[in-house]
Amino acid sequence: MYKDILQNIENIAIWPVISFVIFFLFFLCLLWWVFDVDKVFIEKMKSLPLDDDLPTTKKESKNLKKL
Amino acid sequence: MELERFSYDNKIVKAFIIATVTFGLVGMLVGLTAAIQLFYPVFNFDLQYTTFGRIRPLHTNAIIFAFVGNAMFAGVYYSMQRLLKARMFSDGLSWIHFWGWQLIILAAAITLPLGFTTSKEYAELEWPIDIAIALIWVVFGLNMIGTILKRRERHMYVAIWFYIATFVTVAVLHIVNSFEMPVTLFKSYSWYAGVQDALVQWWYGHNAVAFFLTTPFLGMMYYFLPKAANRPVFSYRLSIIHFWSLIFLYIWAGPHHLLYTSLPDWAQSLGVVFSIMLIAPSWGGMLNGLMTLRGAWDRVREEPVLKFMVVAVTAYGMATLEGPLLSLKNVNAIAHFTDWIVAHVHVGGLGWNGFLIFGMLYWMVPRMWSTKLYSIKLANLHFWLGTLGIIFYALPMYVSGVVQSLMWKEFNPEGFLVYKNFLETTVQILPLHMLRAMGGAIYLTGAIIMTYNLIKTAYQGKFIANEETEAAPLSKEYVASSGGWHHRVLEHKPMLFTVLALVAILIGGIIELVPTFLIKSNIPTISSVKPYTPLELHGRDIYIREGCVNCHTQMVRPFRSETERYGEYSKAGEFVYDHPFLWGSKRTGPDLHRMNGKYSNAWHYNHLLAPDAVSTGSIMPPYPWLFEQTIDKDLTRGKIRALRKIGVPYETDYENTANDDLDKQASEITANLKVDGIEVAPDVEIVALIAYLQRLGKDIKVQKMAEK
Repeated sequence: MYKDILQNIENIAIWPVISFVIFFLFFLCLLWWVFDVDKVFIEKMKSLPLDDDLPTTKKESKNLKKL
Repeated sequence: MELERFSYDNKIVKAFIIATVTFGLVGMLVGLTAAIQLFYPVFNFDLQYTTFGRIRPLHTNAIIFAFVGNAMFAGVYYSMQRLLKARMFSDGLSWIHFWGWQLIILAAAITLPLGFTTSKEYAELEWPIDIAIALIWVVFGLNMIGTILKRRERHMYVAIWFYIATFVTVAVLHIVNSFEMPVTLFKSYSWYAGVQDALVQWWYGHNAVAFFLTTPFLGMMYYFLPKAANRPVFSYRLSIIHFWSLIFLYIWAGPHHLLYTSLPDWAQSLGVVFSIMLIAPSWGGMLNGLMTLRGAWDRVREEPVLKFMVVAVTAYGMATLEGPLLSLKNVNAIAHFTDWIVAHVHVGGLGWNGFLIFGMLYWMVPRMWSTKLYSIKLANLHFWLGTLGIIFYALPMYVSGVVQSLMWKEFNPEGFLVYKNFLETTVQILPLHMLRAMGGAIYLTGAIIMTYNLIKTAYQGKFIANEETEAAPLSKEYVASSGGWHHRVLEHKPMLFTVLALVAILIGGIIELVPTFLIKSNIPTISSVKPYTPLELHGRDIYIREGCVNCHTQMVRPFRSETERYGEYSKAGEFVYDHPFLWGSKRTGPDLHRMNGKYSNAWHYNHLLAPDAVSTGSIMPPYPWLFEQTIDKDLTRGKIRALRKIGVPYETDYENTANDDLDKQASEITANLKVDGIEVAPDVEIVALIAYLQRLGKDIKVQKMAEK
């Protein structure tokens, strides 16, 4: 059944061209994004994993003292 | 702004950690058994449930889905809550996810040894379990997306994107590759046939490696590595590029598993090109990980967590350079079907996944139990045993792969194969297989020491089931900081992000798959190729059940060394009725695609009863049960019907007379065996298997005769 559906797609030959265009634009946009992004934001994102458990760290230090 | 108090759910993480460690040990032990079976066949135990053909899929499934899968869930549940500053969306969904996944593992552990298998690598589980996997995966996804929606941190850190891509892509891969037509509760036929089945399977297989074994662990690398090093990731910009280019490129590379096969050339080339391009994002990610440690390398000396992670990331870099090199056709011509591939995947499996998991466990357990690691010395010992284990595993396998491949291809000055007998090339590499098993045993020893260390750590601490914390809720209105239009837009719109990630992976998949299904010229038909007879069909299902495909290929590549050894190279049109395809990916034994007429029926009979007696030194296990069990003729009807539904042109109502044909063909074989002095009932399984083996390559001979 899937064959019947797929056989109705016309001009399959243009697919490689389309795929190249998609590919090219994709990376162009990606690079644009990355070079456009502002520094403050990047710094904030970078430090996300490090300050996610500040309260825990305090608790940890308490526990360590107990030990 | 007022802070909200809430707690992180550590209990679910603990459950997944216990499952990870348990199934890690089990999976490695099964792997070690399989490794030993390859040089001491007696360890097949002459039992149908424990032969290599059934043990090998048990090992791969246990490691991928039970060990690595549970570790993925543990890491995701731990890091996601903390990165989003929210408890998981629903404790109920978390536990349905946990127990559902363990039940699936249990089902796999029972059905694979019983021989219920689709034979498609890493997708061996039969259709009811496939449905269960899809449902539980959706539960995981709902829980994850729910958590993202109720987060207290506006922006999603890069790790979360990797988790989202994992969820979306694995869902797509699993569903597309699992289309199958059920015959009974535990028997189905792949919806696709031959070349198309192979393409879908390796599109799945390759991306299972990408999106089950790689992307979630990259996410965890971006979370746990900065934490362990106590410094932010080297370049967040690079991580953005890493993410999008990786998920966009990976999905195209599947056909590199099928180089020189009957897959259309354009698809092979597409796979090669994208595999080479993959070096860039993979190495970008690896360097990003390693550079995070800049200025902190002294800490690597003291902190076992960092040691494990450094080796893990390095192994990731090695494997992702080696992969693209292996996908070059000239390298692939040597490496494919040999132990080289086994070495390659184990650098990834033992090095990247294993060591990253160990690093994560050594990080999480002391913190969740609010204590310190029981013994740093034991962790260091584990580190060195693990590293030695990887080296002792990989090096012999590399040597073995190259040695065997060169022996397969060696011609003497007269133009004949030097090692005409395949067995000579097998015997040559057995010492290397012994070394490999030793490497595996060393690695397993390390894992056992880790288990002891973690248990002791847990006992000396106190488990924090709910970790109290506080954070400000998200404000209703989003105030954008200064700056142009960029990636931030996506990072606080999870649903849009999910859709875009889905689009990125669908593009490659569609462009790769659709033309193969659509364009008739991709699979030229051969008029002499006919559907299997009922007896052959039963034989083929026995071949699938016994996992013969784990050691024997059915794909003669167009090399002189292969056409000399096996016969004419395999054509795409020969496989049009093969649901599923059985090309295989490893030649522990010789290729079987040109078996027709090569040996007598009596030879096959004796060989399957006692391989070592027929070919001295053979490492193939005996299959005595095939001589006692009878084929279930009641199933013939259902099998014919199921296959007709998915496009095999059996005549209308053929299922009513199929068993007559079956009896006729069986009696011909038994009569032929009688000539050689072998008395056998016509309905035992060996008769069907012989019928199937003698069918392989027959059609193309018929065509040649007709041409003459």
